[in-house]
Amino acid sequence: MAKGDVAGPLSGEPEYVQLLTPEGERVDHPEYTVDFTDEELRGFYRDLVIVRKLDTEATALQRQGELGIWASLLGQEAAQVGSGRALRPQDMAFPTYREHGVLYCRGIDPIMPLSLFRGVDLGGWDPKEFKTQMYTIVIGAQTLHATGYAMGIAKDGKVGGDDGEAVIVYFGDGASSQGDVNESFVWASVFNAPIVFFCQNNQYAISEPIERQTRVPLYRRAAGFGFPGVRVDGNDVLASYAVTRAALDAARHGQGPTLIEAYTYRMGPHTTTDDPTRYRIASEVEAWQARDPIARLRTYLEKQQIADETFFAEVADAAQREALRLRERVLNMPDPAPTAIFDHVYPNGSPLVDAERERFVAYLDSFEGSAH
Amino acid sequence: MAETLTIGKALNAGLRRALETDPKVVIMGEDVGKLGGVFRITDGLQKDFGEERVIDTPLAESGIIGTAVGLALRGYRPVCEIQFDGFVYPAFDQIVSQVAKMHYRSQGKVRLPIVIRIPFGGGIGAVEHHSESPEAYFAHTAGLKVVSCSSPLDAYVMIQQAIASDDPIVFFEPKRRYYEKGEVDLDIDLATAYPLHASRVVRPGRDVTVLAYGPMVRTALDAATAAAEEGRELEVIDLRTLSPLDLDPVYESVRRTGRCVVVHEAPSNVGLGAEIAARVTEECFYSLEAPVLRVTGFDTPYPAARLEEEYLPDLDRVLDAVDRTFGW
Repeated sequence: MAKGDVAGPLSGEPEYVQLLTPEGERVDHPEYTVDFTDEELRGFYRDLVIVRKLDTEATALQRQGELGIWASLLGQEAAQVGSGRALRPQDMAFPTYREHGVLYCRGIDPIMPLSLFRGVDLGGWDPKEFKTQMYTIVIGAQTLHATGYAMGIAKDGKVGGDDGEAVIVYFGDGASSQGDVNESFVWASVFNAPIVFFCQNNQYAISEPIERQTRVPLYRRAAGFGFPGVRVDGNDVLASYAVTRAALDAARHGQGPTLIEAYTYRMGPHTTTDDPTRYRIASEVEAWQARDPIARLRTYLEKQQIADETFFAEVADAAQREALRLRERVLNMPDPAPTAIFDHVYPNGSPLVDAERERFVAYLDSFEGSAH
Repeated sequence: MAETLTIGKALNAGLRRALETDPKVVIMGEDVGKLGGVFRITDGLQKDFGEERVIDTPLAESGIIGTAVGLALRGYRPVCEIQFDGFVYPAFDQIVSQVAKMHYRSQGKVRLPIVIRIPFGGGIGAVEHHSESPEAYFAHTAGLKVVSCSSPLDAYVMIQQAIASDDPIVFFEPKRRYYEKGEVDLDIDLATAYPLHASRVVRPGRDVTVLAYGPMVRTALDAATAAAEEGRELEVIDLRTLSPLDLDPVYESVRRTGRCVVVHEAPSNVGLGAEIAARVTEECFYSLEAPVLRVTGFDTPYPAARLEEEYLPDLDRVLDAVDRTFGW
């Protein structure tokens, strides 16, 4: 096997696009020459820190019983912020249920995913307003939705120029085994849809390692479907940005789909219900700790004197304030009214649902002092 | 302009009119383009509306429905053809977990005006998976509406009403009746036409209420004709909408007749007949002279074609059930 063929998490240094090494050294890549302004670099750092802080706060809220469950993005901040910032305003994103960092980049209030995980609602931001669809919990189902949406872009004639539209769809290494994902590759390919498949290979599908999903690096799957695939260091926010931006721009100019495999690591559990010590060893996690997406950017910013202690302290403060504000809002989030069960089942309503609502209300009213 | 059309041609005419009326309507499925579908329901539509409007898809049902969801999110109104009843199951997750639930999940912000056309039922001598009646799976799922047509006029009107509706609708077509003919007013105004989600008395009678939908409406009507020769008047109601059911006309009828027989090709166990029997019993308890009886396919897999005449409810089995309602 050549270097890079090894799919396993640490069984070889994978070949991927990297612009910032784990040691904080800026390196060049012949195909992805991007110049970042100091302001952009500081912006990436701010995003990464805030996204991680909000995620940490959400995990704490779950541990304190305020959320039913939480799917942490810890370790995947760079893949999400890099790709999320690469989107242009007209682009549409289709997330899984872990893309809190992408949501943040799209300007969606961080309370939105928390209301879902608290069990107050099932999602509910306006996909049109934020150009970001709702979370999808069934693994891989959204890849087909994204592909259909991209086909619609092409039908609308919105490809072919700088103002063209493109779609990004997120999924994971586990989803790569799903029929829907493979069907979406077929559809996107034969209809030349303007779509970027962004696979965050975080090495685990709950407990199952990547070796249980594939014998070849995931990005190479694209070749069999007839479109390009590229692997990027998913812990490198600059490379994640550059590769995604290039793929989205190719799509919006009518060059069809790209599969990006963002090679990263889920530092935490699958969700707060999971216990990763049952299926992976501490040394593996420690090795990935050394590739932390935030530490490497901070090292670079310090070495290049792009940011100073004042800046880092200010970002830390801002993150702390955002986290506190989020916590307060979660604690004050009211439960929905019981009759909300019956809302929005059909756009045109249903006499069956109406009748059940009516009976349920009468039932609730039958209790003395009921104030539902 | 009234014309005599088959159910198949009426569906074709309805789809054509929908494509003409709304540029956002797209038809997608396997072989729906050049071939015009294996039953020719989409015959000539790709030729006249182009490959952007009438799309031959890759052969994967989950892909058909999943990409239709995306097109609907983009503002299109996809009409998907599932080639045969037994082929819908690969798309089951997309239909019941995505199509059905997205409006609810989004608290009403997302509408998916998708129609899923499924030729269903047996009687055509086909191989396995080509003769099934899976309507109960979909009627059981909140967020979907389910309808079935039984005549050319209904086929023409209902398919257009379904496409115009913002609700996701599974549209069951009685494939063995595709070639039955009837009068269709092609200029009918959809707004004033008989509503989509309403059952209809198709033959009045005073002795027994017989409920059917899709291919079994013809069977029930034939049974009513035969019963009339023996002096027994069956009232036949075409349910038309399977979810939500429109049972008020049924209750009204059963309160008059005191007897009710439900007919469908699908197996009886946990089927639509069971739901209808429960509701009729609840609403008409003091009017019933006999329990609500079901005439259905058997609780077996759909048999080999040489046995399907035994499996499918026919005129005699309907009459047998009618007789039995007089045995209490």
